[in-house]
Amino acid sequence: MERESPARSTSADTTWSALMAAAQNGDRAAYERLLGDCIPHVKRVVRRTGVRPESVDDVVQDVLITVHRARATYDPARSFANWLSAIAQRRAIDHLRHRGRQDRREVWDELSYESYPDARATPDAVLDGEDRGRDMRVAVAALSPGQREAIELLAIRQRSLGEAAAETGKTKGALKVNLHRALKTLRARFDGAE
Amino acid sequence: MARERTLDSVVAHLSADLRPVRRLPAPPVRAAAWIGLMAAMAAALSVFCDLPALRDRLAAAPDMWLAVAGSTATAMLAALAAFELSVPGRSPRWALLPMPTLILWAWASGLGCLRTWGAPSPSALGPVGEAGHCLTHILMMSVPLMTVMMVMVRRACPLRPNITALVSGLAVAAASATLLNFDHPYDASATDLLAHLVAVLLVIIANQLFAWRSTAPVR
Repeated sequence: MERESPARSTSADTTWSALMAAAQNGDRAAYERLLGDCIPHVKRVVRRTGVRPESVDDVVQDVLITVHRARATYDPARSFANWLSAIAQRRAIDHLRHRGRQDRREVWDELSYESYPDARATPDAVLDGEDRGRDMRVAVAALSPGQREAIELLAIRQRSLGEAAAETGKTKGALKVNLHRALKTLRARFDGAE
Repeated sequence: MARERTLDSVVAHLSADLRPVRRLPAPPVRAAAWIGLMAAMAAALSVFCDLPALRDRLAAAPDMWLAVAGSTATAMLAALAAFELSVPGRSPRWALLPMPTLILWAWASGLGCLRTWGAPSPSALGPVGEAGHCLTHILMMSVPLMTVMMVMVRRACPLRPNITALVSGLAVAAASATLLNFDHPYDASATDLLAHLVAVLLVIIANQLFAWRSTAPVR
């Protein structure tokens, strides 16, 4: 368990009480320190209540805002940790309820993805795509070795100019020229075909 | 990292927004203030009321003063419970505090009703016009009590708005029923009891409808 030892938590609680009392009198530095210090405690309470890890920070934010609004209700003669934990726990429960309502209202239906396929993915479109891919491979294979190398490294494998230069031992300028020429050749070939 | 930065910025924002606040008095003190309002209304009503007749009526039937004691105690204890519940960190069991006196109140009122039923005199149901009068009276009395109660509870931070609304509604309804005694020339009849019940429920529902949204988390 992540529970602190009683002696340590009591002394932390006393410090927090003093800081909150100062904050009630308008001490901003004390308040900032208090809020910063108590975030891990709030996170623990929120997690223990069952809030999912990805939502913990949102709930902590809610808790901090509630603490700010409710700061006049804190009585320094009582435990600050109890006061804070009560707020954290209620806000976590509010979050879980809100989440529960949302889950009931919103539908997550995986079957619908299977029943309603993408309208653009028709058999014709898939065959066309495959044809275009094959044509492109043939066209790239028909390029000169230098141009083919530039296209493969820079366009298909997405290497940077520096990396491609290091890999091939050619200058960046030469690679750029080859890429430019290769694109021009391919464009001419496909534009002509259409 | 980005998340940590967000929390840090919330802390910075709230700290920059910090103004000194006056600590809320302890719940018993706040409850005493509200009970003071109820006492002031009772004092004002007693000026216009036939006090000797009220005394005779209470003396004549023990269940009458038991019912009055029950509703008065329910009002006071429910007010204390509502103010306790409106402070974070206080036990939700405070809501049970007015239950014994609520039972006493309901039992004594029921007894008065049964006695009237057993009596050979007029109709057991009592005059409907009078019951309507009671209903209006309870509702009218409850408006200022409810307004003050709401403002006072909202100044705190009721983390359980529903149960707090329920208990404070009970306090308001019980107080109004107590104040009704100053203006009630008749014994409890079934119709009266029903009118009381309807009024109490109406007050509680009204309180519930005005549940303290302002203290709900920001979404």
